[in-house]
Amino acid sequence: MTNQPSSIKNWIERLGALWEKIVSNRKLLPILLVVGLLFSFAIPQFGLLNQYVVLIMIYVGINIILSTSLNLINGYMGEFSVGHAGFMAVGAYVSAILTTKVIPANLAPWLFPLVVIAGGVGAGLIGILVAVPSFKTRGDYLAIVTLAFLMIVKSVIENIEAIGGPRGIPGVTLLTTLPWTFIWVVITVWVIRNFVYSNFGRGVLSIREDEIASDLMSVNSRQVKMLAFVISSFFAGVAGALFAHVLQFISPRVFDIVKSTDILIMVYLGGIGSIAGSILGAVIFTILLEVLRPLGMWRMVLMPLVLVILMIYRPRGIMGLREFRWFVPGYDLFASKIWRKKKEAKDASAS
Amino acid sequence: MLLQAKEVTHYFGGLCAVSNFNLDLEPHELVGIIGPNGAGKTTVFNLITGVYKASRGSIKIDGVELVGKTPNQITALGIARTFQNIRLFKDLSVLDNVRIANYSQTKYNPVEALFHLGRYDAEEKRMAEHAMDLLAVFKLQDYADEASKNLPYGLQRRLEIARALATNPKILLLDEPAAGMNPNEIGQLMEFIGWIRKEFDLTIILIEHQMRLVMGICERLKVLDFGATLAEGLPKEIQNNPKVMEAYLGEGGDL
Repeated sequence: MTNQPSSIKNWIERLGALWEKIVSNRKLLPILLVVGLLFSFAIPQFGLLNQYVVLIMIYVGINIILSTSLNLINGYMGEFSVGHAGFMAVGAYVSAILTTKVIPANLAPWLFPLVVIAGGVGAGLIGILVAVPSFKTRGDYLAIVTLAFLMIVKSVIENIEAIGGPRGIPGVTLLTTLPWTFIWVVITVWVIRNFVYSNFGRGVLSIREDEIASDLMSVNSRQVKMLAFVISSFFAGVAGALFAHVLQFISPRVFDIVKSTDILIMVYLGGIGSIAGSILGAVIFTILLEVLRPLGMWRMVLMPLVLVILMIYRPRGIMGLREFRWFVPGYDLFASKIWRKKKEAKDASAS
Repeated sequence: MLLQAKEVTHYFGGLCAVSNFNLDLEPHELVGIIGPNGAGKTTVFNLITGVYKASRGSIKIDGVELVGKTPNQITALGIARTFQNIRLFKDLSVLDNVRIANYSQTKYNPVEALFHLGRYDAEEKRMAEHAMDLLAVFKLQDYADEASKNLPYGLQRRLEIARALATNPKILLLDEPAAGMNPNEIGQLMEFIGWIRKEFDLTIILIEHQMRLVMGICERLKVLDFGATLAEGLPKEIQNNPKVMEAYLGEGGDL
């Protein structure tokens, strides 16, 4: 009996080591992607899992898109935006209007990718508007600006009768499938990773570290902020479009501050400035909420409590500022080693 | 003439921080700015680099007006600086610190960056190699993947200069490079500054309190006090200038 705790600890350590081995093995990633794509087709096709589990998987996917894109602003750039649900609303409404009012029902499944992109573009354009105050205000003040933006979006939608006003749009077709969700998650993660590991992305990081120094090192902070906001809001719009076509009913109330808070929790739970963290945060948050469903209202007490404890003991989240090697481009990972090897070869040939 | 500042004046509210500052800088010069604390030395740097916009006057590099330009534009025109209290990007790697300073010379556009297309690969390689070469010059290559906040103080100072040089400047502004150094290290720093000036073909303006360093390497000095230029000239002349002695030590002092 006295042996029990230490053996459990031992097991946890071994599991940790295995996990570390898996996430640092870059060759596994392409295999996982192919397997994931195959399964995303096979699961609904052959009914491998019940409808409820598939639905949860789709929500996990949408939440990954949301948390990864918000992490770009709140984690990588170090700002505090609470307006993410607003961009999501724009994407959801643009796409839902297209599928319910513009595109004939028999064409909708074929045009769905374009509809999602349209939702993203709509949100991205609004993102440009929100980027402008970010040139002037930072931190708490920008949080207030984005909060105001969220309220404006909600009020505008509520006051346009043509799109249902406060009643929203009912009867949206179910178009979001597991494969589409999977594909959009991969695109989001890939594009945001690409951005982060470019000199524009490094500019975003440098703004978080020290904006004045960053400006004085020739970083065009306006350009960088504009890019970050556009990309972030584009993918929020994409998530909104996918969300509308799985929920099949949208109303302004769906996209309120609580929705933004959910995304914030995912980001800060998973870890700021980390793609792996965004994914982990979204997965843990979504699944935990479902698992704790029997607790009823008490889960709304438990989740924030988890967050408080996390902020005390791990303020940057589970993966804060760290990354799985999966998500780092090969060259970036080995740049200094490649240089060293080249140098050694050069020195050897010189002597 | 490389840099020309004419009657630059700056107010903080009603307080005149710098008044009628003039400076003509020839290529390859090494000029020192000295003065008691609060004399406006760092403000001059902030005005030249665009952190503050001068209330009055003009600053030109190669005939291009700098007043009204943003700091990143001014840096891209060839003025780089270091800071009085080190301002590295603390959580980022040493390599990233230097690579970021390459921003204005990055030759791929955002679309290429988002999809890792076109010039992205070649440019990333060029920038990383260039940064590593630069780090090697400063003997920092072994720390390339270390977070910059983990470096010891002396290396952080050196990294800050390396980062400034990565912007490919014509003029380097050093704000108290010897702060916190012992006499031995100051000796090394003096040699080091002379060496980078030659190696990178730089024109240098430096702010410093350490008289040994200032008198040892500066070719020309400007003395500021309460925002006004008190004196200027060769280090020898400044040393024996009664007005300067008074500002530093009170009446009857000796420098």
